[in-house]
Amino acid sequence: MAEKIATRASYGKALVELGAEDPNIVVLDADLSGSTQTKKFADVYPDRFFNAGIAEANMMGMAAGLAVSGKTVFASSFAMFASGRAYEIIRNSIAYTGANVKICATHAGVTVGEDGASHQCVEDLSLMRTIPGMTVLNPADDVSARALIKAAAAYKGPVYIRLGRAAVPVIYEEGKPFEIGKALRVREGKDAAILATGIMVNEALQAANMLAAEGIECRVVDVHTIKPLDREEVIAAAKDCGCIVTAEEHSVIGGLGSAVAETVCKEAPCRMAMVGVQDTFGQSGKPAELMEQYGLTAADIVKAVKSCL
Amino acid sequence: MEHTQLQQIARTVRQDIIRQVYCAGSGHPGGSLSAADLLTALYFSEMRIDPAMPDMAGRDRFVLSKGHAAPALYACLAERGYFPKEELVTLRKSGSRLQGHPSMKMLPGVEMSTGSLGQGISAAVGMALAGRLDGDSGRVYTLLGDGELQEGIVWEAAMAAGHYKLDNLCAIVDHNGLQIDGRNEDVMNVMPIAEKFAVFGWNVLEIDGHDFEQILDALEMARKCKGMPTVIVAETVKGKGVSFMEGQAGWHGKAPNEEQAKQAMAELGGEL
Repeated sequence: MAEKIATRASYGKALVELGAEDPNIVVLDADLSGSTQTKKFADVYPDRFFNAGIAEANMMGMAAGLAVSGKTVFASSFAMFASGRAYEIIRNSIAYTGANVKICATHAGVTVGEDGASHQCVEDLSLMRTIPGMTVLNPADDVSARALIKAAAAYKGPVYIRLGRAAVPVIYEEGKPFEIGKALRVREGKDAAILATGIMVNEALQAANMLAAEGIECRVVDVHTIKPLDREEVIAAAKDCGCIVTAEEHSVIGGLGSAVAETVCKEAPCRMAMVGVQDTFGQSGKPAELMEQYGLTAADIVKAVKSCL
Repeated sequence: MEHTQLQQIARTVRQDIIRQVYCAGSGHPGGSLSAADLLTALYFSEMRIDPAMPDMAGRDRFVLSKGHAAPALYACLAERGYFPKEELVTLRKSGSRLQGHPSMKMLPGVEMSTGSLGQGISAAVGMALAGRLDGDSGRVYTLLGDGELQEGIVWEAAMAAGHYKLDNLCAIVDHNGLQIDGRNEDVMNVMPIAEKFAVFGWNVLEIDGHDFEQILDALEMARKCKGMPTVIVAETVKGKGVSFMEGQAGWHGKAPNEEQAKQAMAELGGEL
């Protein structure tokens, strides 16, 4: 059994390391520093941590002001409030100005669990992806989360990074390199391609194993960068495999599935199925129960692949 | 600079506001005219800035939180030498650097892109925090409309500025009493403004926003105030300087026709 680590914990760890490397990094939170793990940074670098209080809109505005004054800013809250409540400030004050702000949004998706629909954001990838110039990342595990957070820190410009609450299996070996915009092929196969993002990469790998037992060989690609999408890898999946199943812990409207469909319909039309939340709100429950209830398990991916063959 | 000189510059700024909005065929003359004296005081007396080096370290920064008063800002920036005055007539035209609301990516001297109300003061709070972190002596100024105070983020930002005791931040409220749909008190009462900021931990100064002696005194008092941010609540007249625009909400976002523009320019001692 692989070790399980929540990507928000990876964030806290990466922030402390980044804080040591770069004195220009400033971190903001909106009264959730224990949950988002920015407290780890605040404990070591109290002078460079600012709590905005429960005021996500102003947190993003302050982040913009700090960034246009030369700071590299990490701003955190839950995905719902970071991307939803503060959407327009992100668009107008951060993205329109090209401000160097990394929005690290934790507690994304239905795996927030017991808090229920008000806190289960399944629209953030969609919202952030529509903003010109916004880079959108959704790491699958601890190793990729830390690598991508560091890549985001080194990149100049606005980045949205989606992180989770629940502990998820570590998929990658320590030190594996990750590059923004470069999807990672994690399994070879010619019968179907499963393009997965975030915690669904693990489900996709399990699904591929289940399908292999039936003689169906699937390619699995970790699309950790939703924007800019790795067009070459998506087109290769369409051409090499002839069918694509996308898998995301997010609405099927506007997220990875939509991004992939936008690309293949123009450049390499192929059969497609989308595994994701079906235009509905979440509810309270244990993360595993909710994954099942909303059709986000390896078994759901297996079904989708078969429907697509 | 003598007050009479500032008054002369403010008259030029007002003429440029009318010319810009007339040439554009749209825009916001009312709130630009009400802010003209405040902006003139900032750009021609108060702020340490160098148009030859718009990114100079340690400079003072200004954020036009009421971004629709862009014509007033552009008039000051051009008069100060950030870009050629001839460019003013390109306001709002396709391909122009003079966007309907200010864009920092396009025009030198614009410190923050604004236009969506309430966001400017929020960014200004971030700038003031950055300045403090860097030990930068530059001050941060931001101008808000009174109708803008209806935006929730203004009070989130005001709370944060008070909490962090940002004495390098000075907000100015262009209190002309009017907004698009009419009088503030009829649309959504924002009064009392001074008391609201005071309880949020701000040093509050109330002045006549068309009296240079009062404006400059207040800016000096703001500079000297330590341990808290300062807000200057400036009583102004919307459309100030053009008789038929003064006190009229209808001139918030409407361009004058040729005849009106000519009359306005004549009243301001200029020609179209």
